[in-house]
Amino acid sequence: MAQVTLRNLVKKFDRTEAVRGIDLDIADAEFAVLVGPSGCGKSTTLRMIAGLEEVTSGDIMIGGETVNDVPPKDRDIAMVFQNYALYPHMTVYENMSFGLRLKKFPKAEIKQRVENAARILDITELLDRKPRQLSGGQRQRVAMGRAIVRNPKVFLFDEPLSNLDAKLRVQMRTEIKKVHQKVKTTTVYVTHDQVEAMTLADRVVVMNAGTIEQVGAPNDLYHNPATRFVAGFIGSPAMNFLPCRLEGGGDALSARLSDTLSLALPAARAPSYRPYEAKSLIFGLRPEHITEPRPHEPGLVEFTVPVDVVEPMGMETMVYFTVNGIEVCARVNPAAARPVGEPMRFAADLRHMHLIDPETDLVIEVPAALRGNAYTNGGAR
Amino acid sequence: MTATAEATGAPTRVVRRASISSNRRKALIWSYIFLVIFAVFFLMPPIYMLITSLKSSAEISAVTNPWVVYHPTLENYIGLLTSRQYLTFFRNSAMVSVSVVAITMVVSILAAFSLARMKFWGSTLLATGVFLTYLIPDTVLFIPLFKMFAYVHETTGIELINHWYVLIIVYPTLTVPFCTWIMIGYFASIPKEIDEAALIDGAGYIQMLTRIFIPVALPGIIAAAIFAFTVSWANFLYPLAFTTSTDQLVLPVGIITTLIKGDVYNWGQIMTGALLGAAPPLIIYAFLMDYYIAGLTAGATKG
Amino acid sequence: MADATASGLAMPVVRQRTTLRRFARRRSTIAFTMALPLILIIAVLVAYPAVYSIHLATLNKSMQHFVGFGNFLFLFKRNTFWMVVEQTVLFAVSAVFFKALIGLILAHFVNNVPVRGQRIWRGMLLVPWVIPPAMSTLAWLWLFDPSYSAFNWVFAKVGLPAVPWLGNPYWARFSVILDNVWYGAPFFLIMYLAALKSVPEQLYEAASIDGANWFQKLWFITLPMMRNIISITVLFSLIVTFANFDIVKILTNGGPVDQTHVFGTWAFLLGILGNDIPLGATISLFMFPILAIAAVLILRNISKRGNEA
Repeated sequence: MAQVTLRNLVKKFDRTEAVRGIDLDIADAEFAVLVGPSGCGKSTTLRMIAGLEEVTSGDIMIGGETVNDVPPKDRDIAMVFQNYALYPHMTVYENMSFGLRLKKFPKAEIKQRVENAARILDITELLDRKPRQLSGGQRQRVAMGRAIVRNPKVFLFDEPLSNLDAKLRVQMRTEIKKVHQKVKTTTVYVTHDQVEAMTLADRVVVMNAGTIEQVGAPNDLYHNPATRFVAGFIGSPAMNFLPCRLEGGGDALSARLSDTLSLALPAARAPSYRPYEAKSLIFGLRPEHITEPRPHEPGLVEFTVPVDVVEPMGMETMVYFTVNGIEVCARVNPAAARPVGEPMRFAADLRHMHLIDPETDLVIEVPAALRGNAYTNGGAR
Repeated sequence: MTATAEATGAPTRVVRRASISSNRRKALIWSYIFLVIFAVFFLMPPIYMLITSLKSSAEISAVTNPWVVYHPTLENYIGLLTSRQYLTFFRNSAMVSVSVVAITMVVSILAAFSLARMKFWGSTLLATGVFLTYLIPDTVLFIPLFKMFAYVHETTGIELINHWYVLIIVYPTLTVPFCTWIMIGYFASIPKEIDEAALIDGAGYIQMLTRIFIPVALPGIIAAAIFAFTVSWANFLYPLAFTTSTDQLVLPVGIITTLIKGDVYNWGQIMTGALLGAAPPLIIYAFLMDYYIAGLTAGATKG
Repeated sequence: MADATASGLAMPVVRQRTTLRRFARRRSTIAFTMALPLILIIAVLVAYPAVYSIHLATLNKSMQHFVGFGNFLFLFKRNTFWMVVEQTVLFAVSAVFFKALIGLILAHFVNNVPVRGQRIWRGMLLVPWVIPPAMSTLAWLWLFDPSYSAFNWVFAKVGLPAVPWLGNPYWARFSVILDNVWYGAPFFLIMYLAALKSVPEQLYEAASIDGANWFQKLWFITLPMMRNIISITVLFSLIVTFANFDIVKILTNGGPVDQTHVFGTWAFLLGILGNDIPLGATISLFMFPILAIAAVLILRNISKRGNEA
């Protein structure tokens, strides 16, 4: 069994705390992605799991064993680096077999493992070449091959796709997913790109400033962010945030977003929100939940605002308008978009709205049944 | 110690429980031990020079502990610094070195700019030639040069042998190739877009050189100048071969030929003379160490 | 420059002046002019003397008659000549070997200590190379002095016999090599330190994970990556050490009994001091084959590196 467990993990560089006491349980064969902005501690955490950084305090356990004092080569892990870290003077075959040769594996077995991995990654014709003769994508595959042949307990990926161009990145993402499905090894993957996180992960670990903001399945984080940070980090384009005040009483609560705009909130949510009636809150709604009016869908709240900017994206059009000085993004059907300056009618799907308490930066909790989920997520079409 | 066996029949591994930091600490201790040993070995001669220079002749011949100065005295220093002869050596060395640095920088910068930026017929050949020249040592050239200078004297009456200014003519052969090589490296690293922007702004080639290349490559120029100075200051063979009269000698030769009078070696003065002679390069090194090292590595790592 | 002007009445003088000016302004002309001083220096003071020395070697002592290979044959028959060959080769090869080895070891250790301290160590360890070799060799001469050697003083204190550093031929050779290694090792240190730093840290991390210990990292990663810089510095140093003059001249002047002479000092002795220019030139010429081979090897190495990058 190859679970990875982090208990109260702390890492200090001189005076600065890069990782401030995190707890994490990654199950066997799970694909966990650590995602967050630069400096959030995700790479440091990964390197501590690898044994390349010393743990200041806390425990790291791989397969049930505490490995704090175990050197990297004895942790039974394999790592894929951002810059591939291929040995430039060795051929692809030698690169992939290096670890096995050091451990004095029999030649026949080495050959078998290397060829197997090469087949999985489709690099069999490249075995005799040197890294400088390969393209970026090929080098990345070789780096993965080097990891696969060792048959480790855990795969560690440190932003492996950051050096590739956008198109190649999408391709390699799929490759990585396919490999994981074949090899079924516990994987810890670090990236700053939330799209990568959402597409690859079984569970996403959102990190910020050395702590874990939230852990959950991609869909879970998308629909039920626990904090303002997660709400704003996950999803592209990012969620719209508007300061608001609650008005009205009883079941008829509405959120006043500006002098001219107030949206009536779903009645079922009133009990959850009423305790916050007097406070100023932050109203969050994703662009894909602000669309053109859709009469056949129930429960949408409509409003009219003048259009500021129109961005045609082909399949949809992004329309920007201002509320109380803040720019809001909406995703509409291209045919419905009005020209700049003209007023346009929008419909907001408030089943997917969030209210955030600015004092705690936490999303105000709402009963599960009332939250938006994959089934209610129509999105823009 | 825990033993872990691989499922697929690899040799069994023993998992060592040594923390990362204790391994690093051991490596660090060994490093410091070796570094201290070699630092002692490397610094011992100059320190010994200093020690000896502070001793009077009496103390030196008294065969007391050679590593300790019992009665430090500055008489050697005063003696040399007031000696007309020694000061002449210093002056000659300084004049030669400074002139050679000036000549070298002008020649190398012009040539490097031309070879790095402007392609002309034979430029690659010339660049290789420059490099090859650096490989021809002075021990191969000094004899034919000697004859050539004698011939010049015979035909034109210009006295070259036994005049310190002959060194200004030959030293550039030692400095120009390498300095050109360094400058080519620095100039080549300036992006071509800057040239084009300057051309559009209306600059001619000379202006490009003086207003853009030289300021941007200034670290390289300083490094090359330091190299030229050090080589000129330290050269021994050419002055030994070409200058004989006492007033024409430069420091390296002067110290050796005059302070060793027959069988009597005045070691106190010799060491002082040597130390003072080594002072200019050492002082430059102390203040401009990074440029010094840059000059070294720039040449060799680029070839 | 067959420019037909509009009226067909071209003024030949004007056209010539313009042609000249255009020629002067042409890029390649300017470039050539700028490189001219360099070309002159190399041609007159390096290339010509090198060739001239071949001519000189074919003359007799008074330089009146042509003797062809006479000087060469004369040297071949002299025992001293073969001794000088052997000594120079021995000197160059062993000195360069130790310089490179020490440079490599020191670079490794300097790289190991925290970065802040590295500058200080590097500064201290480069000092031998900064001091003009003529001056530092004087220090060694004093240290090796037959009566006053500071080393022998220490030996006497611990009961070891005094060493005839410069008196005994074998010790003399050792002393010369020691001085040269002391002087030259820092150069290798600096070169190799720079090369060590250019090896990406991630390669070592990947090797850690692959299971390499410090020796395997050194053998499989560090040394192969440094192969080019090692070969270039070794070849460079072979040339320079082979042509050494200063150290041998000052320390032993070729003695005792000509047992430490190298090509440079022997050429000086016979050519300048012995007033036999052609013979001196002949001796110097013997350095050419070695230098040429080393130069070719270096050039090949560089172009190979250029292609690899």
